[in-house]
Amino acid sequence: MSSQSPHIRSKWRLLFLFVGLSFLYAPILILMAYSFNSSRLVTVWKSFSFDWYVALVHDEEFLHAIYLTLSIGFCAATMSVIIGTLAAFVLARFGRFRGQGIFSFSITAPMVMPEVITGLSLLLMFIATANGSHALAGWLTEKFGITEGSFLYPVLQQMDGFPDRGVFTIWIAMVTFTSAYVTVIVRARLKEADLSIEEAALDLGATPFKVFVFITLPSLTPAIVSGWLLAFTLTLDDIVISQFVAGPKSTTLPMLVFSSVRRGVNPKINALATIIVTIVSLCVTLAWYLMRRKEKRIQREMAQIKAK
Amino acid sequence: MARIYNRSPKLKGLFKSRLSKIRFRGSSLVLAVPYLWMILFFIIPFLIIFKISFSEMVDGQMPPYTPISSYEDGKLDIKLNFNNYKFVFAGDDLGLDDFDLETEENAQTADGAQASEKEEPGFFASLAKKLESNLYLLGYWQSLKVAFISTLCCLVIGYPLAWAIVHASPTMRSILLMLVILPSWTSFLIRVYAWMGLLSDTGFINQVLLFFHIIDEPLVMLHTQFAVYVGIVYAYLPFMIMPLYNAISRVDYSYIEASMDLGARPMTTFFRVLLPLTKNGVIAGSMLVFIPAIGEFVIPELLGGPDAVLIGQLLWQDFFNNRDWPLASTIAVIMLCLVIVPIMWFFKVQRASEVK
Repeated sequence: MSSQSPHIRSKWRLLFLFVGLSFLYAPILILMAYSFNSSRLVTVWKSFSFDWYVALVHDEEFLHAIYLTLSIGFCAATMSVIIGTLAAFVLARFGRFRGQGIFSFSITAPMVMPEVITGLSLLLMFIATANGSHALAGWLTEKFGITEGSFLYPVLQQMDGFPDRGVFTIWIAMVTFTSAYVTVIVRARLKEADLSIEEAALDLGATPFKVFVFITLPSLTPAIVSGWLLAFTLTLDDIVISQFVAGPKSTTLPMLVFSSVRRGVNPKINALATIIVTIVSLCVTLAWYLMRRKEKRIQREMAQIKAK
Repeated sequence: MARIYNRSPKLKGLFKSRLSKIRFRGSSLVLAVPYLWMILFFIIPFLIIFKISFSEMVDGQMPPYTPISSYEDGKLDIKLNFNNYKFVFAGDDLGLDDFDLETEENAQTADGAQASEKEEPGFFASLAKKLESNLYLLGYWQSLKVAFISTLCCLVIGYPLAWAIVHASPTMRSILLMLVILPSWTSFLIRVYAWMGLLSDTGFINQVLLFFHIIDEPLVMLHTQFAVYVGIVYAYLPFMIMPLYNAISRVDYSYIEASMDLGARPMTTFFRVLLPLTKNGVIAGSMLVFIPAIGEFVIPELLGGPDAVLIGQLLWQDFFNNRDWPLASTIAVIMLCLVIVPIMWFFKVQRASEVK
């Protein structure tokens, strides 16, 4: 970045911005406006009302799906941050190692892989594992003559047909899918990081583990937080992969919305969309404001140092 | 796993160079956790679909396909069944022999196409005929076409927008960037759904057009291919803009100034200077749109019509409705072959931009 891109004031620039941003925002805003329509026909305006919000709040199925989706999202994002950070650390700091090609491919490929492929392959693997564990449990029962009274019986019961398709398999699929994004974010941050502080700590006798926990990790915190948030929203958003690996009792929110939307437009979905968009916008704006403030503070401090 | 790594001298050699500085006891564990996870849940599943694509469907049994290998009398017998692949390429009505003959003919015509112009329509006609008669080939073709055109549209909309953001004042730039990313943080499904309401016969666009008497009767837009294009472009536009923004903001502006000072017209400057300098951003953004668009399922399912079924929908139908797992796996394997080239290209570009 030797020469900063200048601020250009031209009609064209404003036109591009106007067209682009209205294309991005008009559909969402119109969707939100129609959520306050009292008519059952979403697109025909009747009068202003909150009916659909009330209906949404009283819909047990939706509430359960929201709860399920949020908890899967929370757990998946947490695990994906662990996997992603470790992977980023390996890629950025371990130099070359054997199998690096496969490693970096498999850690980043889920990002661009068509979702139907990821979903199908994971489901078929879960089913193969379930069949294998079923066979193994049967074999073990026969071999050791385990009866219902044995303390091993419940263990084998658990093993039989593991993993059950449901929340657990969705969690695995989501971690696999989202850790790629975390890796990219954290790795970019690791590349920018100043190695000299870590080296100084090592020279002063800190163990590598201590260096990682007290120096590397804190400097990575912003990247890890944004990685977590991205993994969380991606999980909340996923339909295709979840639909493949889900079981009968684990309908997540996107799956529920998808099956309802397939039957046509539904004002309840407009209400739900409005709530989601509002929450996300508030969070993103807040995050943006905080980051901006921090940036400005750093700039000010830098200027002060230079002035001295 | 950690122990295996530590004890094996070969594997110990894995960690050289910079790790010599940060070698610690758990270092092999640091590698092992993500490595094992990805092998278990990303590489092995692929091998499994690859395997299942060679077996045959059996109805009413769990799992509904035949094993490809059997172990009898101490002999391992592996039977690869190519029927699914033949089915996808040759289709329902064409017999296998027919298909072989036809491909040979096609190959000859393709070779001879340059030599004799007359044969060309014959080749394309037979290709078109084959595409029409074969659901799966048509699906692949439609998916490639839709993905390609959508990528182009994203590029045409995204490039000026990214350029406009780069050249805003610093505060505005940060606000605009946030505005571009914001939609991608809201639900993908909701963004697609928004277009259902806009494009339908009684939808917002038709109502506005009718109100101003621009049209006399509603345009049929929902459940057409047009709607699929709109949906894909809309959903993936932010993924195009981000790499483009990064690429454009890295361009050394003195090149642009030099080009303009030397009398190049803006268009020439754009095509000869700016575009080549941002090539990597263009490729990365295009791949981020093109690759997922090939397997897209949700958008064509909600916005598309019955006339053009994409390959992602065919895979879904074969798996969930027909319960033909081997055929679905075959479709996935062929799709993977289609996307592997763009994926590799994407990686190359990613690596190149990292070196910088």
